[in-house]
Amino acid sequence: MYQFIAGPLVWIAFAVLIVGSMYRIISMLFQAKKDKVVYPYMSLRFSLRSLIHWFVPFAGVNMRRQPEMTVVTFAFHICLICTPIFLLPHNILIYRAWGISWWTLPKGVADVMTLIVVITSLIFLLRRVTSPVVKYVTSPSDYVLLAIAAAPFVTGFLAYHHVLPYKTMSVLHILSGVVMLAAIPFTRLSHMLFFVFTRSYMGSEFGAVRSSKDW
Amino acid sequence: MGEPAENAVVDPGLDEQIKKLTSEKIEGVITKVLTEETAARLDVYMRTCVHCGLCAEACHYCLSHDKDPRFSPVGKVKQTLWEILRRKGKVEPEFIRECARIAFTECNVCRRCSMYCPFGIDIAYLLLVVRRICSLLGVVPQYLQDTVNSHAVTSNQMWVKQDEWIDTLQWQEEDTQDEIKDARIPLDKEGAEIMYSVIGPEPKFLAQLLGNIAFIMNVAGIDWTMPSFDGWDNSNMAMYSGDCESRARIERTHDEAAFKLKVKKIVMGECGHAFRGAVYDGPKGLGWKEPPVPLIHAIQFYYELIRDGKVKIVKKFEGPVTVQDPCNVVRGRGLGKMLRYIMRAVCEDFRDVSPRFEHNYCCGAGGGVINCGPSWKSARVKGNSVKAEQLKATGAKVIITPCHNCHSGIEDIINYYKLGMHVKFFSEILVNAMEIPEELKV
Ligand code: HEM
Ligand code: SF4
Ligand code: SF4
Repeated sequence: MYQFIAGPLVWIAFAVLIVGSMYRIISMLFQAKKDKVVYPYMSLRFSLRSLIHWFVPFAGVNMRRQPEMTVVTFAFHICLICTPIFLLPHNILIYRAWGISWWTLPKGVADVMTLIVVITSLIFLLRRVTSPVVKYVTSPSDYVLLAIAAAPFVTGFLAYHHVLPYKTMSVLHILSGVVMLAAIPFTRLSHMLFFVFTRSYMGSEFGAVRSSKDW
Repeated sequence: MGEPAENAVVDPGLDEQIKKLTSEKIEGVITKVLTEETAARLDVYMRTCVHCGLCAEACHYCLSHDKDPRFSPVGKVKQTLWEILRRKGKVEPEFIRECARIAFTECNVCRRCSMYCPFGIDIAYLLLVVRRICSLLGVVPQYLQDTVNSHAVTSNQMWVKQDEWIDTLQWQEEDTQDEIKDARIPLDKEGAEIMYSVIGPEPKFLAQLLGNIAFIMNVAGIDWTMPSFDGWDNSNMAMYSGDCESRARIERTHDEAAFKLKVKKIVMGECGHAFRGAVYDGPKGLGWKEPPVPLIHAIQFYYELIRDGKVKIVKKFEGPVTVQDPCNVVRGRGLGKMLRYIMRAVCEDFRDVSPRFEHNYCCGAGGGVINCGPSWKSARVKGNSVKAEQLKATGAKVIITPCHNCHSGIEDIINYYKLGMHVKFFSEILVNAMEIPEELKV
């Protein structure tokens, strides 16, 4: 059982992520043809201009108006994406499978980054229940998404530090990682895939057609 | 949902029309719009929105209602499209009325929120889809629908007949001749450099503005003309009611007038929504990136006249003046810098607003909301207290609004919040500030 979860199931999750994401992006590209204006409006220059302003912390007006959220969001996303990629144990697994490896995070740093994901997730959660604007548009699925995103980090941390029985926790860790990867193309976590496209389109529309900025 | 008082607004365009709806009809129309008329944008926007609420910071309705979540951009989508999609179009007539109220009177499709959402989700587009559904169901605020009906019948927004139109132009031509020797409003002059077009309300209520432009054109010595026939009205209320078919027809009629007159370009009066219709959203609806005839807004036209010395400023406007950046020309087409150039050229004491340029607050009128009529006025004005505060902070006594809707919308705001300011079009201060060459003096 553990063999299956730690082996084929993980590959299946990656396959679902990659094939699913490709499916979603390709079907969007086809659908965009029906939206007659999308392709004519697209402009590389203005897409990049917009993306840069939204990838750099505090480059946009709203990021400056809501500085706490900006810090939390950037901390959450950077740690969420970088920690699993540069984590030593993950690298060892990849090395065993493919014989390749890359730079890894020092142990202490990885711990801190994991905790940042957990803490920022809690802040998101807190915001969801306290801010009237956010609360109003929150449905159960939003909590589920947040849980899907945070679970691999919580379980990973607990497993690594042997706080709870290692075997159980590491199975839970792998399972939650699998769920997260497989959920990306099919839930609102797909914002990861579409961010570049929606931003580019709005950047192009504002830049090329409206001669104004969109940040 | 709005305040209880707003819920009670009586509008036959909504109240009577929903009585004619059946659930099959509603479902049919919604399915048609969602499958045939919308594609990637709607789908991706709906799936990408992470419900983070960051867009609330953008919307003047939300800011003016103490961040009431029902007025946040995403909150308005929740109350309308989320429900429609979740229930796959199986919604009741009463729900369609709610949708119409929100989409027509609580969002002015100003697109400010697209600059505040990290994903650049176009909430205005989403609410225009809701308006489209309502329009196909015949549920549109009565005043707004009346302007669309007028467009459909007369090719102008205000039921102006052709003889009235020509009479008005002649009357304004004569008035201008009192000040400028041999001033003309040349009608149907083929091959002229410029065709000048206006919105229907100008001949109907604001004929003086036609006199102003005649004054400016004659002093600057421009080779211009106006059509005596359909196509002189550049406004497009169908763009806001969700009647895409009429919207396209109106834009074509306007473009065709320019083709018939074989002009090099169209200059349009101080109106924002008309500019949106003619320059970007209208052509967009027809699947074009740019309009078929080059078209510039009055702001740019005045800017060029002043910059090139065709009009000389001799007597600047006195007293503190501020300006409204109309969403449809500034956020919509980046004319904010030119607007400031002409303001500084003509005013002694120009006080800028904050926020400004594309971040300016919407007037709350020119996205079709003011056209929903007097019964919705109170909700519109209460939904824009931030505009009142912003204007008050400038300390100006006069505000220039180079847009008809901003003009009326801000006038209502000034009256309600007792700001003691006056609203003017730019042409009104320009004609008093510019030099009349000796040879043209009467
Ligand atoms: C490069 C890829 C990504 C980009 C550009 C991106 C961008 C964003 C943005 C702009 C927001 C909204 C602002 C906010 O709430 O902080 C957001 C929210 C969120 N993102 Fe991402 N994201 C990416 C990847 C991911 C991934 C891989 C996950 C998890 C699997 C994730 C999980 C979340 C969650 C859970 C929220 C909602 C927070 C809330 O509840 O308010 N994101 N993302
Ligand atoms: S009024 Fe403007 S800011 Fe508010 S929801 Fe509509 S488009 Fe967005
Ligand atoms: S800011 Fe964008 S993603 Fe966030 S709730 Fe508003 S529309 Fe959705």
